[in-house]
Amino acid sequence: MSAALFLSPTLAVFGVFVLFPVFFSFYLSFHKWNMFSAGATWVGLDNYRAIIANPEFWSVLKNTAVYTLGTVPLNMALSLVIAFLLNKRLAGKKLLRTMFFTPVIMSSVAAAVIWRWVYEPNFGLLNTVLGFFGVPAVNWLNEPTAAMFALIVMGVWKTFGVNMVLFSAGLQGIPETYYEAARIDGAGAWHRFWSITIPLLSPTTFFVLVMSVIGSFQVFDTVYVLTSGGPLGTTKVLVFYLYEHAFKFFDMGYASAVAYLMFAIVFVLTMLQAKYLKRSIHYA
Amino acid sequence: MTARAFRRGTGTVLLHAAMYALAAVTVAPFLWTVLTSFKEIGDILTYPPNWWPKTFVLDNYVAAFQAAPFGRYYANSLFVALTVTAGQIVTCSMAAYAFARLQFRGRDVLFYILLGTMMIPGQVTMIPGFLILHWFGWIDHYAGLIVPGLASAFGTFLLRQFFLTIPRDLEDAAAIDGCGKMGVLWKIILPLSRPALATLAVFTFMGVFNDFLWALIVVSSDEMRTVQLGLAIFRDRYQTDWGQLMAASSVATLPIVIVFFFAQRYFIQGITLSGLKE
Repeated sequence: MSAALFLSPTLAVFGVFVLFPVFFSFYLSFHKWNMFSAGATWVGLDNYRAIIANPEFWSVLKNTAVYTLGTVPLNMALSLVIAFLLNKRLAGKKLLRTMFFTPVIMSSVAAAVIWRWVYEPNFGLLNTVLGFFGVPAVNWLNEPTAAMFALIVMGVWKTFGVNMVLFSAGLQGIPETYYEAARIDGAGAWHRFWSITIPLLSPTTFFVLVMSVIGSFQVFDTVYVLTSGGPLGTTKVLVFYLYEHAFKFFDMGYASAVAYLMFAIVFVLTMLQAKYLKRSIHYA
Repeated sequence: MTARAFRRGTGTVLLHAAMYALAAVTVAPFLWTVLTSFKEIGDILTYPPNWWPKTFVLDNYVAAFQAAPFGRYYANSLFVALTVTAGQIVTCSMAAYAFARLQFRGRDVLFYILLGTMMIPGQVTMIPGFLILHWFGWIDHYAGLIVPGLASAFGTFLLRQFFLTIPRDLEDAAAIDGCGKMGVLWKIILPLSRPALATLAVFTFMGVFNDFLWALIVVSSDEMRTVQLGLAIFRDRYQTDWGQLMAASSVATLPIVIVFFFAQRYFIQGITLSGLKE
């Protein structure tokens, strides 16, 4: 009885705002409803069919994939290298870690506003620095390819600190004795990195990869503030598309179907990563 | 000095140079923002730009606070973030106690269902969540911003794991002294769980204070806006008023930087914990 008492606040909130919504949005995805009309009309698979027939959905999906393929590898490489070097003997390690972590704690809205100023074509920080090297000014946020690139760079900057912390924890879990043994056997630094660090870090790497892919598939805030999906829809991503359909066009059924498709895509991607990468994970 | 020691010395210097350069690049956009916010307008739009303001002025801050009620946005954000944080500490510690200490049927199944909900992307529950708020009449109300955040699977999990590490002997002694279950949780377990509670508090506060999408959906009137919403609207309205935009961004980031400065350890612990496998 007392268990029920202790659990009731959590279960009540979860029931109303998580469990019920999971089923309700599934139900909605088979209905047409603008939320102002009296009831939802059953339309079967029409929403899903309409989404798949909509070329915009495919371009949005492509943009999301490009963003993911752009941010995840860059993010992981950078955070691994920094975590690895932070694990060495360094003066002011704490200060360095705090500096690398600053972008993570900022709100994505503030970060995106700041980066609009960095990308400003005439007086912005980036073009100024590039100008020193003789690179002509780029209108970062108004040219399709440049805008996606700008979004990716900012995305990496904003989130690599999280992965750096995860990699750091993983690195600290590798016993020093392995390195000592390898050193005695005459293995160089490069060899030790590939034969000890990389394999023994693989559980962390796997987790970081899965979480980063999920995170970049759900990007929204920075897109909303940095580019608003432009220019010409080239940075419009899945969640932005969903947001538009739900809260601008009030097409709740269609938007719910988008949400479920997105859930399915992320789920399949996670399963694929688990299937093909689980084998290469080594536990210490 | 032997050649080897010399090589090692050079390596150390290079390593430090590279790391500090990278760290400087990382914080450069933020520093530039703060410095820009104190510049006069003519000082902002110059080419090539100068890092340091010619004269430090507060004009941008004054103008931003006059153009939009940032004080009000701030109060909203702080109120919502503090309420959700306090609420989560209560609800998560109660649920975590039940999962860690009480015997009841279906306990483990329920716990795994709760954990499983962490895998559901927020977008799936967002639309019905909005409709529920609409039915409750909570759109554009504090309740809409607060109540959905009053439980957390992550927080319950984090506290449960911590509670499990606390020896039971203390509780048994307290129970013999006539302490009820609520009393045990309140007087014995929670005081021993300060690090875990701090991690949860810091994590929740930052998450709620920085939240954007949910607030964007729930809030419709100007006086209900949070700092992040206010800033996003401000950026729409004053596209190129860089001084004011940088002032507003600096202000929106400040409390988080302060919290982080004092509670960095807990925040990093939270991230590491969320990365624990199985």
